[in-house]
Amino acid sequence: MATYLLKRLGMTVIVVLAVMTFLSLLVHLVPGDPVEIVLGPQATPAQVEVVRAEMGLDNPIPIQVWDFVVGALQGDLGLDFLSRTPVTQLIAQAIPHTVVLAITALALAALVGIPLGVYAARRQNSLADRAMALLSIGFITMPSYIAALLLLIVFAVQLDVLPAVGTGSFANPLDYAIHLVLPASALAITWIGYVARLVRTSMLSVLGSNYVRTSRAFGVRDRIIFYKWALKNAIIPTLAVLSSGLADLLGGAVLVEIIFSRPGLGRLTVEAISERNFPVVQGAVLVIALFYVLTNLLADLSYRLVDPRIRVEESAVGA
Amino acid sequence: MTIAPAPDRVPPTSAGLRPLLGRLVRRPAGAFGVAVVAALLLVAVFAPHVVPYDGATQDIPNRLQGPSGSHLLGTDGLGRDLLSRILLGVRIELAVALPAVCTSLVLGLLLGLVAGYRGGWVDNAVVVFMDTIQAFPSVVLALVLVAVLGPSLTNLVIVVAITFAPQSARVTRASVLALRQSPFIEAERALGAGTLRIIGVHVLPNVIAPLFILLAMNIPSAITVEAGLSFLGMGVQPPTPSWGVILSEGFADVYEAPWAVLWTALALVLTTIGFTTLGETLRDVSDPRLSGAKGLRYDR
Repeated sequence: MATYLLKRLGMTVIVVLAVMTFLSLLVHLVPGDPVEIVLGPQATPAQVEVVRAEMGLDNPIPIQVWDFVVGALQGDLGLDFLSRTPVTQLIAQAIPHTVVLAITALALAALVGIPLGVYAARRQNSLADRAMALLSIGFITMPSYIAALLLLIVFAVQLDVLPAVGTGSFANPLDYAIHLVLPASALAITWIGYVARLVRTSMLSVLGSNYVRTSRAFGVRDRIIFYKWALKNAIIPTLAVLSSGLADLLGGAVLVEIIFSRPGLGRLTVEAISERNFPVVQGAVLVIALFYVLTNLLADLSYRLVDPRIRVEESAVGA
Repeated sequence: MTIAPAPDRVPPTSAGLRPLLGRLVRRPAGAFGVAVVAALLLVAVFAPHVVPYDGATQDIPNRLQGPSGSHLLGTDGLGRDLLSRILLGVRIELAVALPAVCTSLVLGLLLGLVAGYRGGWVDNAVVVFMDTIQAFPSVVLALVLVAVLGPSLTNLVIVVAITFAPQSARVTRASVLALRQSPFIEAERALGAGTLRIIGVHVLPNVIAPLFILLAMNIPSAITVEAGLSFLGMGVQPPTPSWGVILSEGFADVYEAPWAVLWTALALVLTTIGFTTLGETLRDVSDPRLSGAKGLRYDR
C-alpha cells in the first residue's frame, strides 16, 4: 500500500506539472501572433510590445513555463487582460457557485438513485424493474446540457414554475436554493441513472451469493439480508462512484452554467475563451484540472481503503 | 530436427460477423440499437435527397412556427424548416464523430501497444501523457484546444480524437500487459518469433475486440462533445446545420418557440441511446467477461 501510495502521489505531482506546462504554452498554439489576436488589428506596434512584455512572451519558452508554474504555486495567476483584476480573485468569486452546484447534484443523485435501485432490486424482473432499466439507460446516456435544455423548456418556459436565469441572491437561502433546482437536477440526471443501476446490480450480486442462500436456509429474515447485507454492500461502490462523479460533474457544469447563466467557473472559462483573455483561461482551466485530478485521487484512494480486494488484485497483476 | 510451430492459442475473437449480428438482433436492446444506428446511417446518406426543404432557405414571415402540415416540426428563427435541418444535421454529426472516434482508436491502439509491450520508461511516458489529457474534463479540454486552434470541422475532429485517445490506449495497454505474461506468448518468443510477429499475429487480434465496443460507445460521446462545443459557438459554425448550431440558435428564441431545442435534444437523446445500447449489447454478446467493464460514461 505504501509503495502504491507513493507512486500514485508522485504521478499526480508529475501530471499537475505537465498540466501547468501545457497551459503556459497554450498561447503558442494559436496560429499567428497571439498578441495581435488578443489586441485586434487596430493595435499599434508600441501597444503590441507592451502587451508582449506583460505576457512574458519575449522570454525564452522554458522561462515562460517556469514563471507560470512558480506563479501558480504561489497563488499568482496574473491579471485579467480586460478588467485588470487578479485572476485568482475572479476564480475565488466563481468557485462557490460551481461547488455548491456540483455537491447539490451529487446529493440529489444519491437521494433519488439509491431508493430507485433498491426498489428495482426488490422487484427484480418485474415490469417496474424493466421500466426502470430502460429509464436509467436514458438517464445515463443523456448529456447534462440536453437535460438542462429539456428541464428548462418544461419547467421554465411551459410551466413557468422555476427560475432559469442566474443564481438568486446568496443572502436569501430560499431564493438561492430555488435557482439551484433546475441546474442541479440537470447535472444529477446522469448520476441518478448510474447510481440506480449500480445499486441494483450490487444488491442482486449479494442476493445471489452462496452465503445468502445458506443464511436464508438457516432462517435469517429477508429484511435483514436485504437491507443490512445487500444494501450495505451496494453503498460502498456507490459512494466511490459518486466521489469520482464530483470530478466529472465539472465538465457538465460548464455548459449547464452557460444555459442557466450562473456565474461559476465554467461560465468564467467560456467567456474568457471567447474574449481570448488568456490569463483567465489559463487560471480557470488550471483550477478545474486541479480539482479534477485531486478528486480523482481521493476517490481512488478512498475506494482502496474501503474495499481491500482491490489491493489484492493490484499485487496479483503486479502493477 | 525441426520444431513444429506452437499451435496458436488465440481464442477466436468473434465467430464471424453474421452470427454476431444475429445474436445482437435477438436481444431487444440490440435490435433497438441496430435499428437506430442503421436509420441514422441511411439518413446521413440520403438526407439531401429526401428532406422536404433545403434547410437553408429563409422564410422570415413564417419564423418560429410550431409543427404543421407544411413544416412537420415547425420552423426556426429564420423560418427554415426544422425537420430538414435536423435530418441534414445527422450527416454533420457523423462526419465529425466517425473520423474522430476512429482516429482516437488508432491513436490509442498504437500508444497502448507500444506502452504495454515495451514497458519501462516508454510506458511511463505514455501513461503521463494520457493522465495529462485526462486531467481535464473532456469538454473543457476540447473547448480550450478548439478555441486556440480555431473552430473548424477538421480541428474539431482532431481535438475530439486527442481527447478520446487515452481511453482506448488504456484498454489496449491493460490487455497487452496481461497478454505479455501469458504462456502462449512466452512460447512464441522462445521459438524465436520477432516482436513484430508477436504483436501483429498474436497480440493485436486479442486486443482489438474491445475497441469495437469502444467505437460504438464513443460515437455518442463525440457527438455530445461536438454539439456542446457548437452550442457554445466554438465548433461547427452557422449556417451549417450541426445539431449544436441548431440548439444554439433555438436557445436564443426558446421562450418564444421551444421547438428547435426540443426536437434537436430528442434527436440527440435517441442517437445516444441507440449507439450506447448497441455498444452494450455488443459487449455482452461478444465477450461476457467485459460486461463489468466501465462503459456508459460519456463525459470521459
